[in-house]
Amino acid sequence: MKSLKIALVGQPNVGKSMLINAISNSKLRVGNFSGVTVEKAEVSFDFHGVSIRIIDLPGTYSLNDYTQDERVTKEFLENEDYDMIINVVDATNLERNLFLTTQLLGLNKKMIVALNMMDEAKKEGICIDEEQLSNILGVPCVKVSAATKRGVGKLINRVVDMSNFDYDGSKLIFSDTVEEEIENIVEFLKAKKYSGVEDYRDLAIKLLEEDEKTYKKMHDEPIWIELLPIIREALSHLYIHYDTKDIDEIFSEERAAFAKGAVMETVTFKKAEKKNLTQKIDSVLLHKFWGIPIFLFFMWSLFQLTFTLGSIPMEWIDAFFVSLSDYAKTIFGDGELGSLISDGAIGGVGAVVLFLPNIMILFLGIALLETTGYMSRVAFLLDGFFHKFGLHGKSFIPLVTGFGCSVPAYMAARTLKNDKDRLITLFIIGFMSCGAKLPVYVLFAGAFFGKESAGDVLFAIYISGALLGLIFAKVLKVMVFKGEDEPFVMEMPKYRLPSFKLIWHTVITKSIMYLKKAGTFILGASVFIWFAVNYPQQSELESLYQTRIEQTKKEDEKIKLSNELNQKRLENSYLGMIGKATQPFFAPLGFDWKLTVALESGLAAKEVVVSTLGVLYSLGEDVTEESDSLLKNIKNNIEFPVAVAFIIFVMIYLPCFAASIVFAKESGSYKYLGYLFIFTTVVAWIASFIGLNVTKMLI
Amino acid sequence: MSVVTLADLKKDEKAVVVKVKADGELKRRLASLGLRKHSDIKIKTYSLSKSTVEVEVGTSLIALRYEEAKEIEVKKV
Repeated sequence: MKSLKIALVGQPNVGKSMLINAISNSKLRVGNFSGVTVEKAEVSFDFHGVSIRIIDLPGTYSLNDYTQDERVTKEFLENEDYDMIINVVDATNLERNLFLTTQLLGLNKKMIVALNMMDEAKKEGICIDEEQLSNILGVPCVKVSAATKRGVGKLINRVVDMSNFDYDGSKLIFSDTVEEEIENIVEFLKAKKYSGVEDYRDLAIKLLEEDEKTYKKMHDEPIWIELLPIIREALSHLYIHYDTKDIDEIFSEERAAFAKGAVMETVTFKKAEKKNLTQKIDSVLLHKFWGIPIFLFFMWSLFQLTFTLGSIPMEWIDAFFVSLSDYAKTIFGDGELGSLISDGAIGGVGAVVLFLPNIMILFLGIALLETTGYMSRVAFLLDGFFHKFGLHGKSFIPLVTGFGCSVPAYMAARTLKNDKDRLITLFIIGFMSCGAKLPVYVLFAGAFFGKESAGDVLFAIYISGALLGLIFAKVLKVMVFKGEDEPFVMEMPKYRLPSFKLIWHTVITKSIMYLKKAGTFILGASVFIWFAVNYPQQSELESLYQTRIEQTKKEDEKIKLSNELNQKRLENSYLGMIGKATQPFFAPLGFDWKLTVALESGLAAKEVVVSTLGVLYSLGEDVTEESDSLLKNIKNNIEFPVAVAFIIFVMIYLPCFAASIVFAKESGSYKYLGYLFIFTTVVAWIASFIGLNVTKMLI
Repeated sequence: MSVVTLADLKKDEKAVVVKVKADGELKRRLASLGLRKHSDIKIKTYSLSKSTVEVEVGTSLIALRYEEAKEIEVKKV
């Protein structure tokens, strides 16, 4: 079967992700992280006997590799092997989008321009003559709307169509001044019958643009000696004409002029533009004084919603796993196997699945923040404040993503250009509690505070984590990563109603990832912990207690004895040994060996903290009692100040294994991961210690 | 006439860019966002204590920090 490899390129916020969703009909896996495409994502499908592979590249304003993200796109386009480019442009913002298009034309690849957001353009009274635009650009233009799916089929048809024809060059035409110089060089190459390249015009443009690669190549050609004076003269003409020696600026002006001309010839406005919706919303959300309070209110609502709305399905899930666990015991018996399956596997996984509703609401919130365009507004509002702490307004995006998961957050930091700014941001992303830490907080907040105030407590935990992060950003900036600041320049995209499908897709993909983790990694960890809890077997101890239990007649005494037995059995298990060996380190924080073990297992994944506690506390207590839910066990077994210290420690210490690896990759060195480990552990320990003692004083 | 920069403009004032003083990368980035010589601009809003400014350039909205805004010379319209 014939196969096509297509690069999907466009500026940020042109609806690329939405388009790829519309093309693939969302039944295919799209591997990017909500809204912000941080890695190349791929989609492949068959269409009329052609196997099509589309690679979604990170959005880029130009091919000037300003940020790391943009470098990914540039490098792919210049070095990888692909058949065609689909250039997605925002029809409502054509002139600026065509600037990138003019650069893409220089790549000499087959290309189709997808005029996206046509539905919006129509509403704004924008008419585009796509035939005329195709003529000007020399590549086909197809009107599409990813939101309504109109034109998507046509676009794919054109792609397949085009693959049957040879590439016949673009029609990018510069101003007369530049064209004249191009012509001079082309004439010379013709006269010399130079055979190094096929396309003289292309070579001439590259030479005038001072393209490094071209120069390196031409430098070794015999023709170079004669060519050089011609180029030198051509450039000096351009310098005089444009009153600058910045060749980048000259060509950027040329391209801009071309884009402007193309828009003038093909776009007509039907009605005078009124104050549009975006400006109306901005006048409220970007209000001098109300802007930040409004943002804080949104965040607070999100956490409230996470707790209150999330608690409804949580009760059902809890009930389901309790009955599943009981059912397992009726099948497998009360023995070893029964305990392994019901206490180990089901208990551990259940404890994690329980928090799925919370996670879904949180991810929904972050996805909404990103896709509506509000995220960049917040960066605008907060830059002044962030800047004081040595951060960049754009750091806000990875930091907020960090509330969802640190892995995409570390990747999102690529939008920061300056290495030092990026490193500071990477170091403090961990202070933004990720979704996997949420179960720990929900558990403890639920155990120690009433339902009414749990949402507020949750909000307080997140905010104090974030504030601590800011303080340490400043510390890092002043002490470690000194240097110049990166300029703050960013686009504020139009407000858009998010596509329900895209949001749904994002939330579902994340939820499935979470469940997959519960089904594999956490299942394994739970079983492992169950073994560590139940072995080595202590038959001596058991028989001793069994006889003592049988000897007593009082029911109270019997329960007390069997609790004691459980306690002792746990303490002498492998897990108990590990916990006890490392417990002295945590002793000043008031952690017993159970909490110690839970923390250590959390290095694998933060969800495991809860599942470990689930295994430890459901075994340690009398299971026949009504209070078999983890919540009550926690409340009865842990002192309040210790719980505070524990939450603080979880809030700050090293992120999970997967995130740590990504951190090392994004920071550029494992050395930094070592620093991160020391940094977070020391800070977590000290902060917990303070938290413990302050709480003790207060109550 | 003294030089007016983008940072000196008030809310809702319109201007034309005369010169982008910023260098290399920043200049290119501004250009790819549409902010270059001869661009028509309009100040949309300032954030608290003027630390950032929102500018309308053509059909897009761009956020700049005060320090960067000072690097852009303009002529009021």
